[in-house]
Amino acid sequence: MSFLEVQNLKMYFPIRSGILKRTTGHVYAVDDISFSVEHGETMGLVGESGCGKSTTARVILRLQQASGGTVTYDGEDVMSASRAQMQRLRRDMQIIFQDPYASLNPRMRVRSIIGEPLKIHHIGTPAERRERVVQLLETVGLTAEHADRYPHEFSGGQRQRIGVARALALNPRLIICDEPVSALDVSIRAQVINLLDDLQDELKLTYLFIAHDLSVVKHISDRVGVMYLGKVVEIAGSDVLYDFPQHPYTEALLSAVPIPDPQTERTRRRIILEGDVPSPANPPSGCVFHPRCSRMQPDPCQREMPALEGTGDAGANHLVACHFATRYPQAPAAAAAGT
Amino acid sequence: MAERLLEVTNLSTQFFTYAGVVKAVNGVSYTLDRDETLGIVGESGSGKTVAALSLMRLVPDPPGKVVDGTMVLKGRDLRALNDEEMRAVRGNDIAMIFQDPMTSLNPVFKIGDQIAEAIRLHQGKSKREAWKMAAELLARVGIPDAQSRVKQFPHEFSGGMRQRAMIAMAISCNPDILIADEPTTALDVTIQAQIIDVVREMQAQFHSGVILITHDLGVVAEIADKVMVMYGGRTVEYGPVDGVYYNAQHPYTWGLLGSLPRLDLAEKTRLTPIKGQPPNLLLLPAGCPFSGRCGYERPECRDNWPELEIVGTEHGVHCQIPQAERLELRAQLPRFKAQVA
Repeated sequence: MSFLEVQNLKMYFPIRSGILKRTTGHVYAVDDISFSVEHGETMGLVGESGCGKSTTARVILRLQQASGGTVTYDGEDVMSASRAQMQRLRRDMQIIFQDPYASLNPRMRVRSIIGEPLKIHHIGTPAERRERVVQLLETVGLTAEHADRYPHEFSGGQRQRIGVARALALNPRLIICDEPVSALDVSIRAQVINLLDDLQDELKLTYLFIAHDLSVVKHISDRVGVMYLGKVVEIAGSDVLYDFPQHPYTEALLSAVPIPDPQTERTRRRIILEGDVPSPANPPSGCVFHPRCSRMQPDPCQREMPALEGTGDAGANHLVACHFATRYPQAPAAAAAGT
Repeated sequence: MAERLLEVTNLSTQFFTYAGVVKAVNGVSYTLDRDETLGIVGESGSGKTVAALSLMRLVPDPPGKVVDGTMVLKGRDLRALNDEEMRAVRGNDIAMIFQDPMTSLNPVFKIGDQIAEAIRLHQGKSKREAWKMAAELLARVGIPDAQSRVKQFPHEFSGGMRQRAMIAMAISCNPDILIADEPTTALDVTIQAQIIDVVREMQAQFHSGVILITHDLGVVAEIADKVMVMYGGRTVEYGPVDGVYYNAQHPYTWGLLGSLPRLDLAEKTRLTPIKGQPPNLLLLPAGCPFSGRCGYERPECRDNWPELEIVGTEHGVHCQIPQAERLELRAQLPRFKAQVA
């Protein structure tokens, strides 16, 4: 059993319309996804906007009640946990949000922001809590003087550090990072990535790292899952995924990322996908990627969503949801070495 | 020899605020030829957008003002033009694509109206003709079913399609210079690839000079011919794209390149971030704005702004450290170590 197991997770948001607010349809934000995260590893989740990656994060933490499926954390069922159980679980599972401007209360001092989780969980005396806040500030590279300031007095990168300190306050074991560096400038982004890396080593943290930036995800993750329109279409060790992508969407996504190296850029082959991502309220039949896929065959692609499966002996840990995955040229030695 | 479209010399734009004077652009010079793409790179607040807005004379006044410099577009100094002459330049000679296609289109007018507006204004076409051209332009930037799409409103378009419509609008009068201000920042990577492709195609068709403003060094590597790196309102390094990427001379350029995780490199090297926080633009030092975060600075850096030092073909840098010493320092950095080997 893995540290965190997500099985057949679904999150359908009802669309209501008319004066009676009857449910006339659903947005299939997360549609039957499964994956697992081992203790101490970083699992990355990438995809474009609207693919359901942030919803996945919220549902795992039960910030939103899932429509179906199970989440098991360290052997405990999160979905059916009681209020008391949940409160205990929340100490272990924390989240860092994307927007360091919106996720900190502008009327609270940094001391109260970071100390709030401790207060809610009745940990320590006020004096001990003050000490812990200072210690946390130092852990994330700020100083004790910062404790009495308000969020607006900080730059974006510093605010994100405050967000990290708050997530660390309860000594969690799992941290879900939901686009933690997307809002930051390049030079500051590298600081925060290095901080997250160091904290993981020091505190033996497990990360579920959600982002749309593939180079950041590759850098930080051990394994990566690729999401498209509410589905996970491919999961593999990060090097394998980037070197031997099996799903045509992964391939296109990787080729679309510009690389900061002019000579490489001049020689690269780029796959440009036609059109836009379809609406998750009205997903295509069969394989969700078929309307934009270059390898699409009417049968079975339009008829049936392929299961997420291992790609043969070499790729037992390389899962792909594509009807034609096994026909791709394999590089077994490298694939086996990487996972 | 390519035709020189634009020559900007010593451009300075300042904002006069209650808190003090913000030197948003400070003595910036660059040129642009026909068929050439210039990338202006920098982080938020580095002055790259103001540098472009100054060119369009679109800096809000007050509080902003172009205080110094010349901007010569095909022999005419844009600073000397009166408002009416400038209106004729905008859209016709220089067109701009803005970052956020959601807010830069007017939600209550049809896409066709918005594209036709510029055509009627600058080319004196009838409404009918202008609408016909609008539909053709939409088809040209790759919007399927353009004839019916042209009658739709912006909210009926996806983000990528809106940006295509913005491009259609910008190229409608066949401008000499196309300024694209973070054209793909709000878009997903696969859509970004589509838009970059469209910009490139349009440039090939219309032979414009393109100024691309971005913080993404990947996008610059992909389409720019030369790069200007800005920090705190100053140009710190300027040169051909290969020169700036492979023979980077300024510590800030090193920092930018070292901060980027790379998709194409197998081994995982630790990132070398730039230490410290972005500068407060009200309190910039008289000398190098990067002093304080640089890590290699000398006492004189804070007060003296060094002259442009030529380090290669049309490749210049503003840095106090002597070149030999600079190259030695650079060789210590992980990113450049890998390059030497």
